[in-house]
Amino acid sequence: MSTAITEKRPSTLRGASLPKWSPYAIAAGSVALGLGISAAAGLDSSIQWVLIAGLLFVLGTYAIAARVEGRRQAKDRVATALVWVAFLLAVVPLVSLVWSTVSRGVKVLDIYFLTHSMGLVADSEPGGGIYHAIIGSLEQVGLATLIAAPIGVLTAIYLVEYGRGKLAKAVTFFVDVMTGIPSIVAGLFILSIMLMFDMQPFGFAGSLALAILMMPVVVRSTEEMLKLVPNELREASLALGIPKWRTILKVVIPTSLGGITTGIMLAIARIAGETAPVLLLVWGNSLINSNPFEGAQQSLPLYIYQQYANSAGSGAAYDRAWAASLTLIAFVMILNLVARGIARWKAPKTGR
Amino acid sequence: MAKRIDVSGLTAYYGSHKAIEDISMTVEPRSVTAFIGPSGCGKSTFLRTLNRMHEVTSGGRVEGKVLLDDEDLYGQGIDPVSVRREVGMVFQRPNPFPTMSIFDNVAAGLRLNGSYKKSELSEVVEKSLKGANLWNEVKDRLNKPGSGLSGGQQQRLCIARAIAVEPKVLLMDEPCSALDPISTLAIEDLIGELKERFTIVIVTHNMQQAARVSDRTAFFNLAAVGQPGKLIEIDETERIFSNPSVQATEDYISGRFG
Ligand SMILES: Nc1ncnc2c1ncn2[C@@H]1O[C@H](COP(=O)(O)OP(=O)(O)OP(=O)(O)O)[C@@H](O)[C@H]1O
Ligand SMILES: [Mg+2]
Repeated sequence: MSTAITEKRPSTLRGASLPKWSPYAIAAGSVALGLGISAAAGLDSSIQWVLIAGLLFVLGTYAIAARVEGRRQAKDRVATALVWVAFLLAVVPLVSLVWSTVSRGVKVLDIYFLTHSMGLVADSEPGGGIYHAIIGSLEQVGLATLIAAPIGVLTAIYLVEYGRGKLAKAVTFFVDVMTGIPSIVAGLFILSIMLMFDMQPFGFAGSLALAILMMPVVVRSTEEMLKLVPNELREASLALGIPKWRTILKVVIPTSLGGITTGIMLAIARIAGETAPVLLLVWGNSLINSNPFEGAQQSLPLYIYQQYANSAGSGAAYDRAWAASLTLIAFVMILNLVARGIARWKAPKTGR
Repeated sequence: MAKRIDVSGLTAYYGSHKAIEDISMTVEPRSVTAFIGPSGCGKSTFLRTLNRMHEVTSGGRVEGKVLLDDEDLYGQGIDPVSVRREVGMVFQRPNPFPTMSIFDNVAAGLRLNGSYKKSELSEVVEKSLKGANLWNEVKDRLNKPGSGLSGGQQQRLCIARAIAVEPKVLLMDEPCSALDPISTLAIEDLIGELKERFTIVIVTHNMQQAARVSDRTAFFNLAAVGQPGKLIEIDETERIFSNPSVQATEDYISGRFG
C-alpha cells in the first residue's frame, strides 16, 4: 500500500541529475573546442588552448548543470570543476619539469658519471662526471645541518617551552628577519668576514652561509610541531613529579619527533639547491677536494650553473648539467621520502 | 603512607584575575574528600594548588599556606618536583602518553624520575594495573600503545600511572566525567579501595557520586561571575547532603540553584 503511494508522488529528495560520466564528457568537449578555437584563430601557443579549454570546462559545467539540475547543484559542480582546473594547472608545470629533467638527464647519467670528476675534461668536451660535486654538496650541506639543526631545535624548544617576555619576543623577531634573508646576502655576510681575515674560499665557509639560511626554517617548523603537543601531556608528566627538562626530553620531543625530523629534512632539501652563497664562498673546483676546511670545492647546484655558463654552448656540458640536475632532484626526493618514512614510523601510535 | 593536608588562607590568581580567595580547610588522611560547586567556582584551580600545578599555568600565582603533614608546600626551598611526587594527580580527560606502550605509560613516573630498580619495574607495573582494576583487560597487550584503549580504560591507565609512583595524596579532577556508568562504577570502587592507602581528593559535578564515594564534602561557590570562588562549607558528607548548615549548599544540592 504505502509503496504504491510513494511511487505516485514525486520525491522531494530526489532531483534530476547528470549522469556520472558527464564531467568527463564536458572536459573532453571543452578540450576539443579549445583546440578547435585556437586552430581557427591561428594561436600556436599550447598555453592558450589549455586556458581556453579550462575556461570552457568551468562555464560549460555551470551551463549544463544549471539546465538539468538547478542552480544550487550547478554552483556545487562549478566549485568542483574549479578545483580540478586549478589542480591541473598546478600539476602540469611540475610534471613537465620533472619529465624534461629526467628525459634529458638520463643521457649521461651512469656509474661513470657519478664516480668521476671533471679533472681531466675541459668543460666543452664530453666525458667527466660529478663525483667532486656530490662530495662537496654532501659535506657542505652535512656540516650546515650539523650546525643549524641543533641550534634551530634548541631555539624552538626555548621559544615554546621556556620563552616568556622580551627575550623570547626578540628571538622570534630575529628568526622572522632571518627567514627573509636572501641567500646572496648570507653569502656576502660570510664573505665579508673571510675578507677581514684574508681567507681563501673553502667548503666550510659555504656551510656557514647555508646554516644561516637553514636555521630559521628549522626553528619555525620545530616550533609549530612543539606547539601541536597538547598541554595535557606536559601536565600529566609534571604531575608525576618528572622534572621539566625530562618532560621535554622524554614526552614532548618523542611525541613530535616525526614532525621535527620532517622539518629538518625539508630545510636540508631547501639549502641543497642554493647556488649563490656557494658561488661566492666555495668558488667551484673541477678537481676532487674532499677537505671542506681548505681549498675550493664543488657543489651540485654550482656545477649545474658552471656547466651552462663556462662551456660556450657545448652540448656535452648541457647534458652533464641536466644529469647533475636529475641527481640533485633525486637527492631532494629521497630526503622527502626519508622524512615521510620517519614521520610515519615515529607518529604517535593509535592502533591496538 | 597517607598524609594530611592543612590549607590556610589560600588565594590563587591567574595573572591579575583572582580565581579563589581565602580558602582554609583540612583534608584528613585515608579518606575521600569531594569538592562540589558550580562551574567556574575554582574547584580545579584549588585542586591544582595542592600539588603546585597551578604555577605551571602562565601567570599562575598563589598566596597562603598548604601544609602537608606540617610542611608548607609553598615554603622556602621547597622543590615543586618533589611535591608532585608526593601529591599525584588524575585529570578530567584521560591523557596517556601517545608514544608509549601501556607498560611504559605506567612505568613512566618511575623511569623518568630515575628512582627504580630494573627488577622491580614489572612488579610495580602489575601491582599498579591491578590496583587500577585494569590488569585483566590489558595483561595480554602490555606492549601495545596506551592510546589504543577505550576512554574508560585510558582513565584507569592514568590512575595506574599516578599510583605507580606511590604518592601520599591523590588528586582527581572529575575523573569520571567522560566515562560510561560501568567505567564510572569501576573507578568509584577503585577509589574506595585506594583510600585505604592514599588521601584522596575528588572534584565532581555528580552529587550521587560525591555522596557515594566521599567521607567529607566541600562546597564551593562564587558570589557572581568574575568574583573569586570561595569555600562555603566543608563537613561530613552525610551532613552536607542531609542537613547542611548553609542555605546555599542546600539550594545547590537540591537543584534550586541560581
Ligand atoms: N588558564 C586559565 N587562565 C585564566 N583564567 C583561568 C584559567 N583557568 C581557569 N581560569 C578561571 O578561573 C576560574 C576558576 O576556574 P576553574 O577551572 O578552577 O573552575 P572549576 O570550578 O573547575 O569549573 P568546572 O566545574 O567547570 O571545571 C574561572 O573564572 C576561570 O575562568
Ligand atoms: Mg574544573
